[in-house]
Amino acid sequence: MSLFHFVVLAPFLMAVILPFFYYKFRSIHTGWFLLPLPLVLFLYIATYIPFGGGGMEPVIYSVPWVPSLGIDFTVYIDGLSLLFGLLITGIGTLVVLYSIYYIANKQDEPLQNFYVYLLMFMGAMLGVVFSDNLIVLYVFWELTSLSSSLLIAYWFHKEKSRYGAQKSMLITVSGGFAMLAGFAMLYVIAGSTFSIQEMISQAGTMVQDPLILPAMLLVLAGAFTKSAQFPFHIWLPDAMEAPTPVSAYLHSATMVKAGIYLVARTTPIFGLTQQWFWILVIFGLVTLTWGSISAVRQTDLKGILAFSTVSQLGLIMSLLGMASAALHFEYVDQDTMYVTAAMAAVFHLINHATFKGSLFMAVGIIDHETGTRDVRLLGGLMTIMPVTFTISLIGLAAMAGLPPFNGFLSKELFFTASLNAASFDIFNLQTLGFIIPVFAWIASVFTFVYSMMMFLRTFTGAFKPDNYEKHVHEAPWGLLISPIVLGSLVILFGLFPNMLAYTIIEPAMQSILPGLTSVGDQFYVNIYHWHGINAELLMTIGVVLFGLAVALTLPKLYGAGFFQRERDPLNAVYDTGLDQLVVQSQNITKAQMTGRLRDYMLYMGVFIAGLGLFTLFRYDALAISLEGQGGIPIYVWLVTGVLLACTLALPFVSGRMTNLILLGAVGFLIALLFVILRAPDLALTQLLVETVMVVLILLSFRHLPEMTKESKRLLSTSAKAVVSIAVGTFVTLTALSVHAYRSGADITPISDYFVENSKTLAGGYNMVNVILVDFRGLDTLLEVLVLGVAALGIVTMIKLRMRGGEDV
Amino acid sequence: MKTNFVMLHTVTRIVSFIILSFSVYLFFAGHNAPGGGFIGGLMMAGALVLLYVSFDMDRIKKVLPIDYTQMIGLGLIIAILTGLNSLVFGDPFLTQYFDYFQWPFMGEVELTTALPFDLGIFLVVVGVALLSILTIAEDVS
Repeated sequence: MSLFHFVVLAPFLMAVILPFFYYKFRSIHTGWFLLPLPLVLFLYIATYIPFGGGGMEPVIYSVPWVPSLGIDFTVYIDGLSLLFGLLITGIGTLVVLYSIYYIANKQDEPLQNFYVYLLMFMGAMLGVVFSDNLIVLYVFWELTSLSSSLLIAYWFHKEKSRYGAQKSMLITVSGGFAMLAGFAMLYVIAGSTFSIQEMISQAGTMVQDPLILPAMLLVLAGAFTKSAQFPFHIWLPDAMEAPTPVSAYLHSATMVKAGIYLVARTTPIFGLTQQWFWILVIFGLVTLTWGSISAVRQTDLKGILAFSTVSQLGLIMSLLGMASAALHFEYVDQDTMYVTAAMAAVFHLINHATFKGSLFMAVGIIDHETGTRDVRLLGGLMTIMPVTFTISLIGLAAMAGLPPFNGFLSKELFFTASLNAASFDIFNLQTLGFIIPVFAWIASVFTFVYSMMMFLRTFTGAFKPDNYEKHVHEAPWGLLISPIVLGSLVILFGLFPNMLAYTIIEPAMQSILPGLTSVGDQFYVNIYHWHGINAELLMTIGVVLFGLAVALTLPKLYGAGFFQRERDPLNAVYDTGLDQLVVQSQNITKAQMTGRLRDYMLYMGVFIAGLGLFTLFRYDALAISLEGQGGIPIYVWLVTGVLLACTLALPFVSGRMTNLILLGAVGFLIALLFVILRAPDLALTQLLVETVMVVLILLSFRHLPEMTKESKRLLSTSAKAVVSIAVGTFVTLTALSVHAYRSGADITPISDYFVENSKTLAGGYNMVNVILVDFRGLDTLLEVLVLGVAALGIVTMIKLRMRGGEDV
Repeated sequence: MKTNFVMLHTVTRIVSFIILSFSVYLFFAGHNAPGGGFIGGLMMAGALVLLYVSFDMDRIKKVLPIDYTQMIGLGLIIAILTGLNSLVFGDPFLTQYFDYFQWPFMGEVELTTALPFDLGIFLVVVGVALLSILTIAEDVS
């Protein structure tokens, strides 16, 4: 265990002890105890930043976890994980500080739940970005889904919170499951390793494998559901039911970027395929456009920000797609054309976290102080909440892509990258590439429009005090600190972007596009405002002019149908899907669970006979040989004859009592056979079971209903006879074949092993018992578990007393 | 008419103890002779059922205040714990150990970790048999 492992584990350890602080120091807000943790982690992770600018050497620490399966808890620190680690802990610190003032320490407020979930998320997210092992990554990945869902449902008394939590859980977890399958395929392709770095080192051979495409699609399913890419983005707007600090942290700055992280991380492997480029670019651009258009018609401030997050995630996703094209070119010294996309992706990731984080916090403040987030009620807050107004103005300007803020720089880079991509001479980009800048421009216009609308409808216009339930005033300083810090970063990164260039951005680019520079060499990163009058600048000017025109005409159109349908139309697919899932699974259950024991026996019989006979003939395992048979004494004939007679008589007698007597006779005769064949343990067990059975049957006898003719049945009597005979035939054939193979002597029977080793390995002479408790102890353990569960089933069935017709 | 079960009661008093001790014997004999937790458990269940059948249920409940649900749980826990025991020594789950010891008066005695595991099985079997029988018997409706 290195110290860095504890960076990942520290939040979990803290989560264990935090509830004690909550109950012990009830008068102090629990958040204060938590606050130092992310701050310390942030400072510690920051020590890994290459401040000298000399490039970054990845650091790796490994601890074996399940070495036999190739699962190690390996921490890998390179530019990409460093960037995410800083985001998680940095934004985490600010969010915790903000939440202390946002969620009041009231008597009935379960603060300990909130912070335990938050810590769980923080640890899981750190685990995702620092794990080199795919399985460990997956475990942490699902943990982020779980904690996210718990946080959305924090105010679980609200119907919408529960709906949002369930939705996010279902969508992200099913994506995660697909991703696990993708990881398994990667494991196979890479030749039994789960280590991402080992995979990257052999990426060239891996992409030759036909499994790479399904693996890629499955991994992308995980990444797209997590990062809310179209058409999976529908969970994100509903996740806004979470407390605003959570929205700022999980649903804009960190968790939704896990998908981005995974895509960036696996780019060196999958990026070598053409499909990767097109899938990412197309899904990214569609998400970008769809999100920005949908954002325009939202009336809830958080709804606008949610769709805006969706669209910005699409932007970063498409940039990563474009970045993968660089892997197809020999890197030419100092030529930034191919790597601009990667640079833009990393830079925009940072910028988005800062300006969207501050905007979420500002919206949280507005919600907190006015009691509403509805833009139709808000207005004229500019003079009443001047600080919040300033923060929002900075954030919105950055989001709209206006200078001198950091959003402008990354948007310019985005335009450059999309124009560059259109000019590459691979992947049919010559013919189709023009759509990339076109989509980029359209989406940017709408981004500008919703930013404008948010500004105009919230802060300008007339202030109507009647619209609010409380007295509206500026927020306390505690709430303002965090957004002010983030807002200052927006300006700082806007004015001095190159302070990030070789400390954060370049190392992260090295992780996304490894091996493109010669060893010790670096990508050229230089971000500045003024490039002269070029296509990008003209595009931005176009966005501003066109966007202003649209934003100013829109208020006349609020009555139009487009603005009435606020909910995303894709939700209908999810809702009906969920309803149908319940209805259809109920139908399936009702169709097969008839409540009649004989039907269940029929299913089992058909299945056993079908599978068994199929296997016998498919693998040519059928063999009949009677050689090596000992002579059968006359009394064995006699016992077997009576046994057969009793069994055959069973279906033909009508009374239940007679049935029972015949069954008892069968049981005891089998016990007798065991005695004859010298199996005392089996004989004893059989006798005892029969004895206990007698009591059981006598007890339940009076509860049994009258034997009646079946009213509806699945199969006719003769068909059932066929099934029974088939089962019998299968068992007989199996026994005969086993005997034939054994006398053929080319197979050593497994019993020899037990005969030889029973005394030496387990110290017991009774082989049956030694098998039960030692050689096959796990089987026995699970068998008694099944017995226990069955007994509990009996108890619940009798105590609950269902009357029939209930849907179980 | 009030029936008298003197014969049954007297016989039960004697027989049940014979069966109970036989079940304990079967349980311990298991490793080297026919028997073991499963058989011993069934035998003990048989003896207990005999007690419940010949005397009335309330009386036996007073004499043997056992919660069979907990007995199942206890048995499972014992079985799992003996399995976990081997993890401490770096062996796979459910590895069993045995050794021979010299005891005063008893000579050489074999002690195995399979025995507590078997005890778990024993308890579950007794618990399951009696829990299901008693639940059905108590069901009055």
